[in-house]
Amino acid sequence: MSVAAGEAAGRLVRLAETDRPPLRFFLDGVQRGALTGDTVLSAVLSVAPALRRSEFGPEARAGFCLMGACQDCWIWQEDGPRLRACSTPLIEGMRLLSDAPGEWP
Amino acid sequence: MAVSDATGPRVVVVGAGPAGIRAAEALVAGGLTPIVIDEGERAGGQIYRRPPQGFTRPPEVLYGSEAGKAVALHRTFDSLAAAGRLVHHSRSSVIAIADGRLQVLDGTGSRWISYDRLILATGAMDRVLPVPGWETAGVYGLGAMQIALKAQGAALGRRIVLAGTGPLLTLLAVQLLKAGAQVAAVLDTSSMRQQLRGFSGLAARPLFALRGLMMRRSLGRLYHAGVRLDRIEADERGPVAALWRDGAGREQRTPCDAVGLGWHLRAETRLADLAGCDFAYDETWRQWLPQADAMGRAGRGVYLAGDGLRILGADGAEVAGRLAAVACLQDLGLPAAGVSSEKRRLARFSRFAHGVAQAFPWPSHAATGLPDETVVCRCEGVTAGELRKTADFGGGEVNRVKSLGRVGMGRCQGRYCELAASEIVAGSAGHACAAAAGRLRGQAPVRPAPISALLQDSAGNG
Repeated sequence: MSVAAGEAAGRLVRLAETDRPPLRFFLDGVQRGALTGDTVLSAVLSVAPALRRSEFGPEARAGFCLMGACQDCWIWQEDGPRLRACSTPLIEGMRLLSDAPGEWP
Repeated sequence: MAVSDATGPRVVVVGAGPAGIRAAEALVAGGLTPIVIDEGERAGGQIYRRPPQGFTRPPEVLYGSEAGKAVALHRTFDSLAAAGRLVHHSRSSVIAIADGRLQVLDGTGSRWISYDRLILATGAMDRVLPVPGWETAGVYGLGAMQIALKAQGAALGRRIVLAGTGPLLTLLAVQLLKAGAQVAAVLDTSSMRQQLRGFSGLAARPLFALRGLMMRRSLGRLYHAGVRLDRIEADERGPVAALWRDGAGREQRTPCDAVGLGWHLRAETRLADLAGCDFAYDETWRQWLPQADAMGRAGRGVYLAGDGLRILGADGAEVAGRLAAVACLQDLGLPAAGVSSEKRRLARFSRFAHGVAQAFPWPSHAATGLPDETVVCRCEGVTAGELRKTADFGGGEVNRVKSLGRVGMGRCQGRYCELAASEIVAGSAGHACAAAAGRLRGQAPVRPAPISALLQDSAGNG
């Protein structure tokens, strides 16, 4: 999906710095577009309204402080440890999940 | 305390914002090679945060009237780092402090770094007040919205309501509008009358105060003073409206898809706590703050500087960083620059900061009056009602309430709920002041750490 096509579903609106080289990543197995220099949080929220479900309530979560203090923006990967989305740069080909992998209790 | 290495005493600076950068610079001038540990990718801190490599907006766009100060700090730090005059550990978190050593976590794991002297310049974060509905995706701190704009060139919504109080409320609104975002309303919980109470303090920096007033004026009818924020209405996707009462008490509803919240700032004090600093309750800030002398000496070889000690803002942080480094050099018996003019500047910044605190207070009564169903702890979804029930069992002391009700036990370690929770517990227990509810004790690790890092810890690595 192109960056522009994803934006309709996303929460984040790009206002500047939009001519950076494109990057691809996968969210829940679907290929998405982002830009070099995006954080994981920016990339996901430019195509989706949230990063994860809350463990203790019905609501979704999309980060809160963006400076590594609140820990609201942890996101799952298909493989490997969870990431703090606000302070992790997106890498080409990253495979992210909006919900815990199947075997997680 | 750890032993010195061959090149002289080892001084570690935690934080590379205005305070940490100026502290490091002064240490280098005193002949030392400090280690600077910072969570950011590039030095600058939050206020002077730099976008990643490859972004092209010039400093004037990123930092406005403060561009010159930002560039000077960045250049100072980068040139010292490039010349090998300091050691920079970026994207690294100090998660524990024990016996003159820091446990440092980075992308590769954790290790211990020893220090002879420690300068903590840990900065500040948004001071937030829970509001019914604030747990929904799409509600952010004001600082978060500013970071998204500065570091990523993005707005966190298409129609944004900003609420709270303090200089950042107005500044962020102006920055968002200038960048092309849509701001639906700017809701200030401080009334005009309250804001006038800060006047004499604010007059200590007339240019700054005037600039703030002009920005405020440019917001026109978007800005409302003396507001009560009642609720954030949300659907499964996020906010749909902010419900509030204007200064005359009339109910208002502003449709939106994002809300920024912030009541000025609060000091980040977790590492000062782990380092063994003394704390005292500050009536003005309604927060427990670490204690230090006028230079920033906190005892046990620890020095404090910047907003993590007192919220004096970026200019005050630069001065406080230099003072802490000079104190450190003096205590090590090394030559250091004179500081009498710096101390006078700091006194002026203090008067201004006191004016800001008076003009833009945290509305503690709004915390004690929160409806029972309001989520107070975002990490674990603990509500005000559950907190009040727990407080009844816990005797009105925040550490007991934490054990019983988990408020302050979540991933953020109470950073975003602690102040409100203290007010609620104090109110529930009939204490006259939140100070009587006690101080939430800091616990390592102060950032979430993988279990492997803690296993390394018990194996005594480092």
